[in-house]
Amino acid sequence: MTMIFEPDFGTPPSQKSDLVKLEIDGREVTVAADTSIMRAALQAGIDIPKLCSTDRLKAFGSCRLCVIQVDGRNATPSSCTTPVSQGMKVSTQSEKLDRIRKGVMELYLSDHPTECATGDECKVHGVAKKIGISSSRYTNPETHLGLTKDESNPYFTFDSTECIVCNRCVRACDEVQGTFALTIENRGFEARVSSSGTSFIESECVSCGACVQACPTGALTEKTLLTIGSPTSSVITTCAYCGVGCSFKAEMRGDEVVRMVPLKSGGANEGHSCVKGRFAYGYATHSDRITQPMIRNAITDPWKQVSWEEAISFAADGLKRIQSESGVDAIGGITSSRCTNEEVFVVQKMIRAAFGNNNVDTCARVCHSPTGYGLGQTFGTSAGTQDFESVQHSDVIMLIGANPTSAHPVFASRMKQAIRKGAKLIVVDPRVIPLVRAPGVSASHHLQLMPGTNVAVINALAHVIATQGLIKREFVEARCDAQSFKEWEEFISRSENSPEASESSTRVPAALIRDAARLFAEAENGSIYYGLGVTEHSQGSTMVMGIANLAMATGNIGRKGVGVNPLRGQNNVQGSCDMGSFPHELPGYRHISNPDTRKIFNDAWGVELQARPGMRIPNMFDAALAGQYRGIYVQGEDIAQSDPNTSHVHAALRAMDMVIVQDLFLNETSKFAHVFLPGTSFLEKDGTFTNAERRINRVRPVMKSKTGKSEFEVTCDLATAMGYPMSYQNGAEIMDEIAATTPTFAGVSFAKLDELGSIQWPCNSSNPEGTPMMHVDKFVRGEGKFMKTTYVPTDEKATRKYPLLLTTGRVLSQYNVGAQTRRTSNNIWHSEDILDLHESDAQLRGIADGSWVKLSSRVGETIMKARITDEVPAGVVYTTFHFPESGANVITTDFSDWATNCPEYKVTAVEISPSLKAPGAMVETHIDGDVQLESIIRMANQIAANIPAGNAPEIQVAHHIVQFWTPEMIRRLREDVDQSRLMPDVVRAIEITLMTNQYL
Amino acid sequence: MKIYIPGDSAAVSVGADEVAAAIAQMDSSIDIVRNGSRGALWLETLVEVETPDGRIAYGPVTAGDVEALFEADFLHGGFHPLLLGKTDEIEWLASQDRVTFARVGVIDPLSIDDYRAHGGLIGLRHALQLSAETLINEITESGLRGRGGAGFPAGIKWRTVAQTYSDQKYICCNADEGDSGTFADRMLIEGDPFTLIEGMTIAGIAVGATQGIVYLRSEYPHAISTLQKAIDIARKSDWLGDRVLGTAVSFDISIRVGAGSYVCGEETAMLESIEGKRGVVRAKPPLPAIEGLFAKPTVINNVLTLSTVPMIMANGASAYKARGVGKSLGTQVFQLGGNIARGGIVEKAFGITLGELVNTYGGGTLSARPLRAVQIGGPLGAYFSTVQFDTSMDYESLIAAGGMLGHGGVVVFDESVDLAQQAKFAMEFCALESCGKCTPCRIGSTRGAETIDLIIQGVRVEENKKLLLDLCEVMTDGSLCAMGGLTPLPVKSAMINFPSDFNGEKK
Repeated sequence: MTMIFEPDFGTPPSQKSDLVKLEIDGREVTVAADTSIMRAALQAGIDIPKLCSTDRLKAFGSCRLCVIQVDGRNATPSSCTTPVSQGMKVSTQSEKLDRIRKGVMELYLSDHPTECATGDECKVHGVAKKIGISSSRYTNPETHLGLTKDESNPYFTFDSTECIVCNRCVRACDEVQGTFALTIENRGFEARVSSSGTSFIESECVSCGACVQACPTGALTEKTLLTIGSPTSSVITTCAYCGVGCSFKAEMRGDEVVRMVPLKSGGANEGHSCVKGRFAYGYATHSDRITQPMIRNAITDPWKQVSWEEAISFAADGLKRIQSESGVDAIGGITSSRCTNEEVFVVQKMIRAAFGNNNVDTCARVCHSPTGYGLGQTFGTSAGTQDFESVQHSDVIMLIGANPTSAHPVFASRMKQAIRKGAKLIVVDPRVIPLVRAPGVSASHHLQLMPGTNVAVINALAHVIATQGLIKREFVEARCDAQSFKEWEEFISRSENSPEASESSTRVPAALIRDAARLFAEAENGSIYYGLGVTEHSQGSTMVMGIANLAMATGNIGRKGVGVNPLRGQNNVQGSCDMGSFPHELPGYRHISNPDTRKIFNDAWGVELQARPGMRIPNMFDAALAGQYRGIYVQGEDIAQSDPNTSHVHAALRAMDMVIVQDLFLNETSKFAHVFLPGTSFLEKDGTFTNAERRINRVRPVMKSKTGKSEFEVTCDLATAMGYPMSYQNGAEIMDEIAATTPTFAGVSFAKLDELGSIQWPCNSSNPEGTPMMHVDKFVRGEGKFMKTTYVPTDEKATRKYPLLLTTGRVLSQYNVGAQTRRTSNNIWHSEDILDLHESDAQLRGIADGSWVKLSSRVGETIMKARITDEVPAGVVYTTFHFPESGANVITTDFSDWATNCPEYKVTAVEISPSLKAPGAMVETHIDGDVQLESIIRMANQIAANIPAGNAPEIQVAHHIVQFWTPEMIRRLREDVDQSRLMPDVVRAIEITLMTNQYL
Repeated sequence: MKIYIPGDSAAVSVGADEVAAAIAQMDSSIDIVRNGSRGALWLETLVEVETPDGRIAYGPVTAGDVEALFEADFLHGGFHPLLLGKTDEIEWLASQDRVTFARVGVIDPLSIDDYRAHGGLIGLRHALQLSAETLINEITESGLRGRGGAGFPAGIKWRTVAQTYSDQKYICCNADEGDSGTFADRMLIEGDPFTLIEGMTIAGIAVGATQGIVYLRSEYPHAISTLQKAIDIARKSDWLGDRVLGTAVSFDISIRVGAGSYVCGEETAMLESIEGKRGVVRAKPPLPAIEGLFAKPTVINNVLTLSTVPMIMANGASAYKARGVGKSLGTQVFQLGGNIARGGIVEKAFGITLGELVNTYGGGTLSARPLRAVQIGGPLGAYFSTVQFDTSMDYESLIAAGGMLGHGGVVVFDESVDLAQQAKFAMEFCALESCGKCTPCRIGSTRGAETIDLIIQGVRVEENKKLLLDLCEVMTDGSLCAMGGLTPLPVKSAMINFPSDFNGEKK
């Protein structure tokens, strides 16, 4: 294996398209206008010496090594800051230039160690050698060689003695990351790089590592480079954290990762990264990793390490026994958004083909399932419309329920760049997220709504646009379904949707909404980005449709700088959905009831697939408590920590007879497991991840599997033991099967991915190299469809007993349930979950900053530390869910999105009170009664209340129920429910369902 | 009864406030005008009494002289040993070509009526009647060049800004007068601030800018206060604001106070500073005329350049360019300082010789010891010896003589000066004030000072002189801006013109 080398052209590429011809050292060169002479020269193979320039940063012109001469001009300008011009004749070599370069290098060498701790990592000596000089003539000069190192950051050191004050770190922090944590202190010879007067760890630094990467010397160095040594080989792969999906070079020395270097040619990240992707990979080799399969008969028994064969047959026997006792549908599984497309595809195939049912769901259920539903209904496909680069072309950005600087940091940096270039930002969020006011960036509007009132706000925005003559009628007429638009326009123009009407519930001043609506509607290019603050609500799907309506009404679809863009939480949440992880859909979002689609898979797999949807995750828990569902295969997801209403989840897991967990570590869910199948980290995987821009990126193994097997191999072994033989040689073979069965992936293969770097689906004969932008000339569904979005307040309301609303989110340094990041040095930034509350709420309850508080909801209670802040408004409290001890999901309820059952994590009515006890005292409530029946009643009524329908809403309700519910749930709705507890539309829908045989 | 007592900080520093207080105490009915300084600093405090025959000058007056002056009936021009006669007939002043400084010391700096009475606003009114094209042609035609030091033709710079399309343009006045031995910007702002405001307004009209910013150094509190008052008055008088003098033109001015960095007088560092960033030099291109303040087209001119504009617009380009020599047209406001008998402002047409300036106007050294060296153009200017006294004081001749005009500061040294120490000082100054961006300036200046020190100590003198000259070449050709690029000028001129100071022998 060799090192992958990405050339550094010194300055960024020109944005111009007109060409300029010039001569450099007698060679004729043609480049785009505005290209620097330095870049033009390197394109012609002439490498001008440089230290301060790098092509990720704007030209700076400080090192003065790259000086050149231009015919007819006197001076010796720097080639990095001098653009080419037509007919210019440039010399990069002459006696004079040689004297200047040697003279400058002599100055550098006079204040630089004669030997650098990082060897060739420091470019100073290398460039000196190239220039032809090895020492300086200055005797006993004053130097900075006595300065002490700053080792405060867990991942990198700052050694000022090697620093050449080229500002690359400062500029990377400003231009690439946008944090402005670094600066130069003092002037002249005393000018030194400084993390703004304090140590790196105490500074504003977010540890993204852009500075480390930009540093041409050993001044900023990964600690692993010093402890492990220089890398000897590198492999291009993809980060396994958030949905941005950054490409990295994993630089290796033997079997050890020396460092992760973001790939400049990575389409998603273009050479940038965050603290998690670049540094927090140590969990992969953490001593907590389980590498041997384990089994036990009861969850009270200790684990027993066994061979793979024994574990697989134990699991298969258990599952087969359950099916023989309780029927084919009594088992199922959950795919992981953390695993590769190939691994996910194989798990859903195992469930559908080997288990013989459609009881497959995925963790996207609890995050972005409403995106799939909402965008599917309006645009025709379940995906964001743009690539990330698009945001650079936006004039107005609306950011709803997302906190990208914490959750999608690399995208946040792009967004900050756009805002600093002049784009306006509208933030819709109950919290004062950092982007509302950050160094160099601030929101022009912050619509600080109450949790749970998203739909009222989006309706109010649309109302203003519709009633103020701001609708882009040419776009709507040309691209959208006329009837649905007409109905929507009438609906949205009603006074009940006006900002004034909703002001009291949303708490957003009507004038602010009117102003923001006008700003967005009048923008040349307006884009919408959103996160889980949109989806994780009882009206999550309605809100997604409201966003789609707004984009269509303002004509913001189908070109750069516009669009509707979900910021996906996990590395492969897009991919796991694409791969047919939902119980009602086969790969490529095709409904299981469609006989043509089923035929493709029946033929390919040699089975007869069930035609009716299987259970969603919450249905599985309900069914488990009802005794109908007894075995589950959980691929890389800690449902016992991450899913809402922990008491309910734990009770359901306890009720099962065969819980199989496939994971890297023992986790909360494995406490209820009978089989533990050790998984592989992303550093061992061979496959692909698909990020939030539908970009399929290769994940390449950089080390051998620590378990001796790949994960898909284990899944195949289980399927085989269940009586359905499955096997694949490698990830490429699985992708070939995906391509053969799924039209949107028809053109994808590992060979093509290796050639192109990445591919954005759809990729097929009409888009052989993929599709960076969706819905350019027409929507996937043909005409864009407007959906009526009636605001239905959630039943989760602040009451006298629970007067505050809890909302949840993430921090930068930790990731989701923390299984990975808690096993890295990232804990230095965030070692526990904290409850944020407003001062007035704290005073009322006698709570001091930093004290323990008890947090209780109607489903449970827990204890955590309080932080008094004005980042949340009075009446709203906020926490994260990274640590199992804090048990944030003990508090959250079973309430969920009406269409998709995505949990309503973002709104829970709570009360807080001072606590004397430390944590560990979380209280679970006892679960009893017919939980399943209660869920069915709630879900059915919610559908009736929310379904966007004109005439005959009962038909829509019926259609929705048969599309997404299992036959058993429909049976119980019809047979077991007291109809007086159902809304009239549900009752009428049941009658239709009864009459319509095709559904059953 | 009206008496003029300068409120200029130079006069105040030698007791003008005390003189004014003493006079007011003697007779509270006297109308005391705190005018600017006439520029004859050796005569400060210069007290002028208005009489039917014109203004009669006394000086230098101290508070202790006041009683005697009253006894001598100075209010009616009575004789006293400090009597200088009619101000207009003082040879030192009368022989100058006061154009830019025509009103300084004459008028009440904050009286718009006084300003009008002395020709103020004629230029602006004229400019408002012209097309931008004609206006810029007039400035180009006058031959006016940048008085900050670079000498770039003002009309060409303005044309570039005028022809660059933008929704917003700026006029930035560089009043960060940091050169040692220079004080003309300060004296103009303190003595005739409306001239600067008028000049900036005309520039705004010419290029289509509506915003003017004066970058004024914090070391000039009197100037800041005077200019701010003048701006407020101009706004109240409907001169600055949305409708300049009742026309559709809009222009306003604000002041930004520097924070004590020399390099912020470099135009791009000044822009960074105004933008609220560290005062660090930008690489050019892009030129500030195309991408300047907040990346918008920006005229950056020195106080003297902009303050000359109203005179040109009032009297015509041909009147202005009738003065001067070659490509150096009009007048230059020289500032005589250092070890000099008669320091102050000497505004003369380009072409006066160095000798005339230093001897005829300056009267030789203050210490009365023989004059040995003159540094022209601030701390980065060259050291001249007396054999070069025939040098014509204009842009081209000074460059040909190995120097530069700079901002017109002329600092005199007597025979006690050690030019090696002065050369070292140049490097030390650069080390202290360098923005720290480019390597030749950031490290080179410290190495330069160290190397000169070795020469002074007699350590490997020839070797170190060679190293120093090599370093000078790297700094001259390799530096990003004039700070590092010009620091070798005093060093090399000292080595060439005063070689005996660099032979390593202790004096």
